[in-house]
Amino acid sequence: MRTLHLKKSIVATSVAVGLAGALAACGTSAPSATPSSTSSTSTLSGTVTVFAAASLKATFTQLAKDFEAKNPGTKVTLSFAGSSDLVTQISQGAPADVFASADTKNMTKLADAKLLDGAATNFATNFLEIAVPPSNPASIASFADLAKPGVKVVTCASQVPCGAATDTVEKAAGITLSPVSEESSVTDVLGKVTSGEADAGLVYVTDVKGAGGKVKGVPFPESDKAVNTYPIATVSSSQNKELAAAFIAAVTSEAGKKVLSDAGFGAP
Amino acid sequence: MKSATGYQGIPRWIYAIAAVGGLLVVLPLAAMLAKVNWPQFIPLVTSESSLAALGLSLRTSAASTVLCIVLGVPLALVLARGEFPGQRLLRSFVLLPLVLPPVVGGIALLYTFGRQGLLGKSLEVAGIQIAFSTTAVVLAQTFVALPFLVVSLEGALRSAGNRFEAVAATLGARPTTVLRRVTLPLVLPGLASGAVLSFARSLGEFGATLTFAGSLEGVTRTLPLEIYLQRETDADAAVALSLVLVAVAVAVVGLSYGRRRSSTPSEVQA
Repeated sequence: MRTLHLKKSIVATSVAVGLAGALAACGTSAPSATPSSTSSTSTLSGTVTVFAAASLKATFTQLAKDFEAKNPGTKVTLSFAGSSDLVTQISQGAPADVFASADTKNMTKLADAKLLDGAATNFATNFLEIAVPPSNPASIASFADLAKPGVKVVTCASQVPCGAATDTVEKAAGITLSPVSEESSVTDVLGKVTSGEADAGLVYVTDVKGAGGKVKGVPFPESDKAVNTYPIATVSSSQNKELAAAFIAAVTSEAGKKVLSDAGFGAP
Repeated sequence: MKSATGYQGIPRWIYAIAAVGGLLVVLPLAAMLAKVNWPQFIPLVTSESSLAALGLSLRTSAASTVLCIVLGVPLALVLARGEFPGQRLLRSFVLLPLVLPPVVGGIALLYTFGRQGLLGKSLEVAGIQIAFSTTAVVLAQTFVALPFLVVSLEGALRSAGNRFEAVAATLGARPTTVLRRVTLPLVLPGLASGAVLSFARSLGEFGATLTFAGSLEGVTRTLPLEIYLQRETDADAAVALSLVLVAVAVAVVGLSYGRRRSSTPSEVQA
């Protein structure tokens, strides 16, 4: 009786595993069985999987929704993470059709590994801004203020794109910061500011905008010394290159540019 | 572990599934081992930032283990031997960090000891700042490691029983003397393996530290945080440091398991 029970649950598990596998296959390679709506002139169908930098979360979620609405029968699956994480995942065979990076360096890594289909297109730019808690307890008004003694500044570590940009700005301004913490992602920097732990953090303009009223942005002129360019490209292993190209076209279209600029991104 | 009858009671197919389970743990570790850049291994793990991270990890884990013993022994005693309303509730709460995602622990600690936190505001007035300091790392590690010590010790206390203590008490020993001379020596193996497990858990702490303490070389960037950061640019360094952490973990767990094995007969006798 007991073994029987056990057998049953094993069968159930293997069925579930098999089903999950089938679903995954469905999501990545096999085009959707649902034919595209006859009222639409579009012949696009199936699923496109987009790997995008974490800073694109809000905009790409919006762009994907718009794309699906405009092209019935299509589905956009989004995966957000740090750009270098995504490069690692794609190099290890993760099923991505489109890759949107927060910097050209990570896109170059994929290009060098011959994992891109064609060349990448630059679609947006982003630059640094100082984020302070709404009350601005340390009265930060300029980049130089960050170096004042007693000011708790949090930055990104040099190893990640936002940290590399911070280094460049420091050099351009001739000011050396002594941060209390060097985080591995820009969201961690923002978190330290929104929670009030830090007096200031160096994040992207879009992060300040995306945080709503939880932080105040302090722009500074030195930020134009380190502009991050966002490239987008089709991944060579894509099973649906037509749909991938259509999504990239939507991102770089006038409507796409509008969504991006509304979120604070600059033109490429 | 054959019983006296020689009957094992394990169907063969169980072994097959057990092997799959074992492989699931061993295979990824072996795969990582295969990725190690051996010619560069020594320079990678002895770089300045690696050594700073390793040193910080060992120091903070040692401090957390001491804190776990200081706070965990009374907790385990109260849970195993005491009788008071809300005991079960207390146990559930003490064990909560075992199942809680560490990042949740980090957020909770932030709202307790952070600048705007429950206690942090008063501490700030008193001139004590915990956030972004090594103290924050120790607090985060203690938070996640404490249940390991409490569980180990509580189990040891329960299986040891309290007959010897009762005898000592009838011979006129005061409760503190009984605790010091009878109870603690009796459960020492359990305490030791609990301490070792707490140390291992502290060494591996990542999520709560990242959320609560931040990441600065030599101050709050422990070995797991260093690995996470190195991975961004230098996969070889990340793998090499991971191997160091695996080696330390294997040594620590081996030590704890070895102790527990040798202590089993005495526990049975007691």
